Amino acid sequence: MTLTGWGRTAWAGVTAARPERIRDVYEILGDVGDDGLIVHGAGRSYGDVALNRDGRVLLSERLDRILAFDEATGEIVCEAGVTFAELIETFLPRGFLVPVAPGTSFATVGGAVANDVHGKNHDRVGSFGDHVRWFEMALPDGQLIRVDPDTQPGLFAATVGGLGLTGVLLTVCFRMVTVPSARMEVEESRIPDLDAFLDALVAVRETADYSVGWIDALASGASLGRGILQTAFFKTDAPATFRPRRRISVPADLPGWVLNPVTVSTFNRFYFRRVPEEGRTGERAADAFLFPLDAVGRWNRIYGRRGFYQFQCVIPDDAAGDGIRKLLEIASSARAGSFLAVLKTLGGEGRGFLSFPMRGVTLALDFPARRGVRELLHRLTDITMLHGGRVYLAKDAVLTPEQFSEMYPRLDDFRAVLRDVDPDGRMRSDLSRRLHIRGEGEWRATAGSSWAHPPA
Amino acid sequence: MAGDCWLILGASSSIARAFARAVAERGDRVLLAGRDQDDLARTAADLGIRYGVECEILEFDALAFDRHADFAALVEARAFGSLNVFLAFGTMVDQSQIDRSPSLARLVLDTNLGGAISILSHLAPVMEAQGKGRIVVIGSVAGDRGRRANHVYGAAKAGLHAYCQGLRARLFRSGVTLTTIKPGFVDTSMTWGLPGLFLVASPAACARACLRHADRGAGVRYVPAFWWGIMTTIRLIPEPLFKRLSI
Repeated sequence: MTLTGWGRTAWAGVTAARPERIRDVYEILGDVGDDGLIVHGAGRSYGDVALNRDGRVLLSERLDRILAFDEATGEIVCEAGVTFAELIETFLPRGFLVPVAPGTSFATVGGAVANDVHGKNHDRVGSFGDHVRWFEMALPDGQLIRVDPDTQPGLFAATVGGLGLTGVLLTVCFRMVTVPSARMEVEESRIPDLDAFLDALVAVRETADYSVGWIDALASGASLGRGILQTAFFKTDAPATFRPRRRISVPADLPGWVLNPVTVSTFNRFYFRRVPEEGRTGERAADAFLFPLDAVGRWNRIYGRRGFYQFQCVIPDDAAGDGIRKLLEIASSARAGSFLAVLKTLGGEGRGFLSFPMRGVTLALDFPARRGVRELLHRLTDITMLHGGRVYLAKDAVLTPEQFSEMYPRLDDFRAVLRDVDPDGRMRSDLSRRLHIRGEGEWRATAGSSWAHPPA
Repeated sequence: MAGDCWLILGASSSIARAFARAVAERGDRVLLAGRDQDDLARTAADLGIRYGVECEILEFDALAFDRHADFAALVEARAFGSLNVFLAFGTMVDQSQIDRSPSLARLVLDTNLGGAISILSHLAPVMEAQGKGRIVVIGSVAGDRGRRANHVYGAAKAGLHAYCQGLRARLFRSGVTLTTIKPGFVDTSMTWGLPGLFLVASPAACARACLRHADRGAGVRYVPAFWWGIMTTIRLIPEPLFKRLSI
């Protein structure tokens, strides 16, 4: 079958298996063929991290059971294919929330571990891996192992943020947090330019429960970096009732020309003006704040059949002002039709050898796949490098092996664990081959690029 | 203890798992029966945490005919409230594999037909004594007409259909309903990777339809419903023509 990332720019013809029980996983690991195996969860990573062109893919969606929950501590054990949406539907009415929520609730817990995802509260609580107590996994040789950070520190750090390359995650134990209600008080304010934005984000990073900035990436000149800052707190005097939102869905691919600099900048201007000049405060359902885009099913179709790229990087605090400015200047002058960009602060390094976060400012930009966009992504990546930053692998499309190894200084530790648990290279992905994650020897002469247009 | 209790036979299958969620969501108690106890324990834990229902697991093997009587007695003892049965076990062996090793035919017949008839025959008196309750049996459109591509499986499901017709008439007299569900293409491990599928239903949608039909005490239902049209057409094709077709 043909699989794609959420951006629909990377495609791969794969041999897929969809286990419905744990013992099926061992059977799949028993024969991974010549091109290895990677786990594919909900398919919400943008690029090629969960693809394995011409190889095997294990779809984890049917491994979706919650196995234990302790009301006293909030500790939960669940299978790797459980989604955040299910966890929220089940536990929010009981006053518990996932400690870290990625931008979409349709991601799986396994994917959250493998990409060590972060949310709008990273400064205060870290990334998902920071809340993992232990997990069970099938190593590439089929051995079942329970991993916790104390007894297996190396394997733990290689698996959290490890891009699925250390084996197949089966169950994950982590701690949920208690929340006083299912509703949030969201404060929104207009920010006129980038400097003001960075100041505002830094000012709230330690105090707000959640904070996120939405930037008009087409604004330039004096209004470069203008946008809306949202900060949010859980309300204490609201009910815990949770009703799944009514969702609309994009029924088909929009034609490629729909998103052009004019329509996008009109939308962005509207989005900016929506918030009154003096700002506003309102109450919102927690899931509506945490996952705004989940209200529109299959929103990736608005970019048309050719798909889109998402670029996300983090730049360390001291270089952030300069670095983010350069990135935005390039993005806005390219007129590449980037929709709302997201600006957030991150609090510190994750627990994984390949965890994305570092203390700094992170910027995410969408670009419809057009001629010249990959070159643009290369330029953004180079600027990120220059400012000591890092590109998020769950979204990356253009990183080179050299850039990757410089951005991720703990790569050698990661490789050492891989050599140990997967000497034959049974776990592979298009990303691992593209970035030579396992080392120089990984490159496969027959490998083609998965960054191509969908098969007709 | 009041309320409904569902015995789910073959509870590791995806339709059965979805059905268990559907009944647990409305608060019914669940008895999960099957061979893979570790897997059933996981499903039981999931139902308990998500829906707060009591859930028990029982060892059941469709081929262990000599233990079916004891199993039925155990179910009678464990079922609190009103017992209902959802029979979802079955095995589909590729016809070409059976053609190569004909002894596999017996496995298909024993599981899908013999095992089902045996356990239903043992459970029928329990249901009759209760004087109410629902039985849902997962049949197959394959039983509507013997096709070259899977006629052993089809024969088993056709036999099961006939058995259920008779059992339905028997149980009707004591207020128990039996609903035969004939799923078309449902996205399960049985259909996974098969070529030529269309309008595939999710296990959850199939399970909801099963429950809806069971609640109404329906007799035979296709799920999704349009399969009635497809299968009626296929049944009407004259045999001299049908044998030449590669349907």
